[in-house]
Amino acid sequence: MSDLEQFRAETREWLQANCPEEMRQPVRGPEDHCWGGRKWQFQSDAQRVWMERMAEKGWTAPQWPQEYGGGGLTPEQAAILDEEMKRINARTPVSNFGFWMLGPALLKFGSDELKRKHLPPICRGEIRWCQGYSEPNAGSDLASLQTRAEDKGDHFLVNGQKIWTSYADKADWIFCLVRTDPNATKHNGISFVLFDMETPGVTTRPIELISGESPFCETFFDDVKVEKDAVVGELNRGWDVAKYLLTHERNNIGGEPPGYLKGRALGPLAAEHVGTENGKLADSALRADIARLETDHMAFRALVAKVRAEAEAGEGVGALSAVLKYYGTELNKRRYELMMDAMGAEGLEWESERTQGGMFASEWLRSKGNSIEGGTSEVMLGIVSKRVLGLPDA
Amino acid sequence: MRLNDEQQMLQDSVARLMADKGPVSRLRELRDSRDEKGYDQPLWQAMVEAGLTGILVPEEHGGIAFGLVGAGLVAQEIGRNLSVTPFLSTAVLGATALSTGATAEQQSKWLPAIAEGTALVALAVDEGAKHRPDSLNTRYEGGKISGDKLLVLDGHVADLLLVAATDGSDSALYLVDPKASGVTIERTIMADNRNAARIQFDNVEAEPMADGAAALQAALRAGRAVLAAELAGLSREVFERTLGYLKERKQFGRLIGTFQALQHRAAQLMIDVTMTEALALQALDACDNNADDADAQVFAAKGKAARTALLAGQEGVQMHGGIGMTDEFDIGFFLKRARAGGETLGDANFCADRFATLGGY
Repeated sequence: MSDLEQFRAETREWLQANCPEEMRQPVRGPEDHCWGGRKWQFQSDAQRVWMERMAEKGWTAPQWPQEYGGGGLTPEQAAILDEEMKRINARTPVSNFGFWMLGPALLKFGSDELKRKHLPPICRGEIRWCQGYSEPNAGSDLASLQTRAEDKGDHFLVNGQKIWTSYADKADWIFCLVRTDPNATKHNGISFVLFDMETPGVTTRPIELISGESPFCETFFDDVKVEKDAVVGELNRGWDVAKYLLTHERNNIGGEPPGYLKGRALGPLAAEHVGTENGKLADSALRADIARLETDHMAFRALVAKVRAEAEAGEGVGALSAVLKYYGTELNKRRYELMMDAMGAEGLEWESERTQGGMFASEWLRSKGNSIEGGTSEVMLGIVSKRVLGLPDA
Repeated sequence: MRLNDEQQMLQDSVARLMADKGPVSRLRELRDSRDEKGYDQPLWQAMVEAGLTGILVPEEHGGIAFGLVGAGLVAQEIGRNLSVTPFLSTAVLGATALSTGATAEQQSKWLPAIAEGTALVALAVDEGAKHRPDSLNTRYEGGKISGDKLLVLDGHVADLLLVAATDGSDSALYLVDPKASGVTIERTIMADNRNAARIQFDNVEAEPMADGAAALQAALRAGRAVLAAELAGLSREVFERTLGYLKERKQFGRLIGTFQALQHRAAQLMIDVTMTEALALQALDACDNNADDADAQVFAAKGKAARTALLAGQEGVQMHGGIGMTDEFDIGFFLKRARAGGETLGDANFCADRFATLGGY
């Protein structure tokens, strides 16, 4: 038996023994997603036990180094773990911005001290992070951000406002872009800093979205004291970290829908709602639309596989991440439109047990933000035109 | 998927061969001279010498058995150069049908001839405006075939016709000698200047295969997958030519490539082209590996490629402006081939219908 086969066998056995039955059931709604953190209320003992056991193995962050609380797995081993978890429908034990965003940034740019301080609590699901990037006047043009961090000798004093801070009201710590040199050119005076959301002067206010949910907040900083050693990477070079993370974030978008549509094929779902005639969807135009979407999705997956294979071969993803971000989010929007077409009146119930309180309409509306957050589709196309196609600036 | 070294070498050498011996200017020459055979004979001979005509022929019959990925790589370069050859009709459709379903005797007679370049084969399936391989009117009864076919690629130059017919229960392929009595062939030059033919069969002697039904299905699948690759190559070429134009054409005192309206459309086209290439290659590989979802992948790839190629052709003409409308300029050839290639063996709607059925809806 090869090492990888051995690893697969052991992993399968361990998951079988340690993944609670309840954690192998399909996710019903957002509350089944375990975010972790100081304020987290576990939905069940099973959710807590599952997170703790996985954290113990280091498998909440399978590829991070073991010394920082990760699993130290190779990409091949991590892929096996992923496959074995999918095989038994095991839920993700815990995830939040600490795993997706801060961790990769710290691993690339952070000092050993910062890594030791922040990575293990992320792995254990103890600290939940949020991201402070956008500001009311710095959206697509993120680098024009104005939140100031003044050097007060032994600390920074942070003043300003962030917006679209995901789950800021539920998070424990924030990684934040602040202007540390107001005289430098736009991209050069920014630093990437970390601080506790319980620091005096931090307030948050949730923003209600068209979907009825409030996953984002406005976050205000009023004379917030931040330690000098809380800077990731070099002072005034925070834009490098931000750019790396944006690319990383875009890479993680594989066009697979979240929520209700995760792992559910649209065609058969539509058949349940609109019926069939001679084995074909009764609405032939909808049938054609779905087939076209799924065709495009298959093409997109082929592209993602190709880009990943090239990245593993060291050819780099670079600006192609903008391609994936653009197309993946546009696909997702199309998918939700077709889900709503298929569900008709049933999908529109905003307040009912049948829809778990408007879940379908809410997810449909939420998907509209996909092509705005993390860089709008138009910004992505701009990046592609300039950096992939080499088209000149105006 | 990623190409292995052998496939990469094949791609490189075919790219050189096609650009050198089968560029778009050859298509123009053949058209303008109203060439009787209607395909590029020196190029075909060079392909014979390079072993490409036997790319799907088993080694025991003198081929190189390179698989559909290999055939797709050749087709991509054919698409980029609009090279005019009987590659699809003979080396893909003919070779696949015969090696899948023909008797040992039929195989020994025809497969080496395909590899050696001494025989051309044409597949006769379509009977009306649209590709409907499951509802054929052409009948096979008592050793004879009767019916009317159209869009028979390279039909007027073929040495062997493979005719799809029904015996009342199954649709299958039968071997017919184009010179047999009762065969009437009308060459139809199509909008893309390729050879097709309308062929009437009036009680013509026909030879069954060992498994003509499997031969028909295998040929159609291989043909669609290879056409997807050809259309992907065509789309890539149109995109690159158009991108080049955006970087050199000036209007209003600046390069038109600085206009955001064109930049975003060019970016979207590049994304569609790149996805189409990836899907076509993946579908060909799925066929070679007999993957469970190979059929679905092929329908997806052919449908996607048909749409992408048309989009590329349209954008290519539009972004070139007035010059794109002229016959003197090559871009129009690509648009014509995009439509004809898209129609061949099932258009995007046909593929979507099959894809949906396979998906259970």
